[in-house]
Amino acid sequence: MYGSLFGSFDSPAFDDFRLVENALDQLVGRFAPSAAIRAPQRAAFPPANVGATPERVDVYLFAAGVEPKGLDISIQQNLLIVSGSRNVPVDERFAGEFRRVIALPDDVDPDRVDAKYRDGVLHVTIQRREAARPRQITVN
Amino acid sequence: MAGQDLAKRESTQAEPKGREQELALAPPVDIFEDVHGITVQAEMPGVSKERLNIQADRNNLLIEGDMVIDMPHGMEAVYADVRATRYRRSFVLSGELDSDKIEANLNDGVLTVRIPKRAEFRPRRIEVRTA
Repeated sequence: MYGSLFGSFDSPAFDDFRLVENALDQLVGRFAPSAAIRAPQRAAFPPANVGATPERVDVYLFAAGVEPKGLDISIQQNLLIVSGSRNVPVDERFAGEFRRVIALPDDVDPDRVDAKYRDGVLHVTIQRREAARPRQITVN
Repeated sequence: MAGQDLAKRESTQAEPKGREQELALAPPVDIFEDVHGITVQAEMPGVSKERLNIQADRNNLLIEGDMVIDMPHGMEAVYADVRATRYRRSFVLSGELDSDKIEANLNDGVLTVRIPKRAEFRPRRIEVRTA
């Protein structure tokens, strides 16, 4: 139903892989440094998914129980920055200030961004520039 | 959507078995107790109340929900922290909790379930009489 955004990760093989990965995490420590400079720590809040089509890039931030007006969303070149805070009396749930920086493809248009918050998911849509889209060339 | 009573109580049936027991996320949960009962708060972003399923019997509380995510056609994943679209978590209830009177409420992806204690288990104030 959800195609590649979630689906490709849903296979049992991937599940097994994740079990191994989680076990490794515990061995190595949860915050073993990652190669990518902006790769988030595993516990980063809010969790994010990013998907792309030739026309646009969609970012989903899973931030339940956040006041949407209190969210600060900005785009600087190709970096999407979302920050805010959430106060919950906690045990497992995240509390406090959060900030996530998400690197987008280079061809996004920072002037054409839309954000909506529904059922605890912040969905940011960023259109890509025309020039970057694949174009059919006809031979005369 | 806030404040609506979403509790749906059914006699617990065996969960559907088979290969469809797919990967489900365990939502992070905070649990609070006071003299009158227990409050469970579970984080299930992306779940609307139509896609929420709560079942309780004397011994168990099951919470389940499916995310509904608005996605354009032909989208390809670039990056994913969240790798399933279903949440599921269950809890064992103790005898003093009254599972007939469970109330649930879903607001901005946060599910709040209130399970009161049976009346006979609530503390009673004992008056001390002076002789």
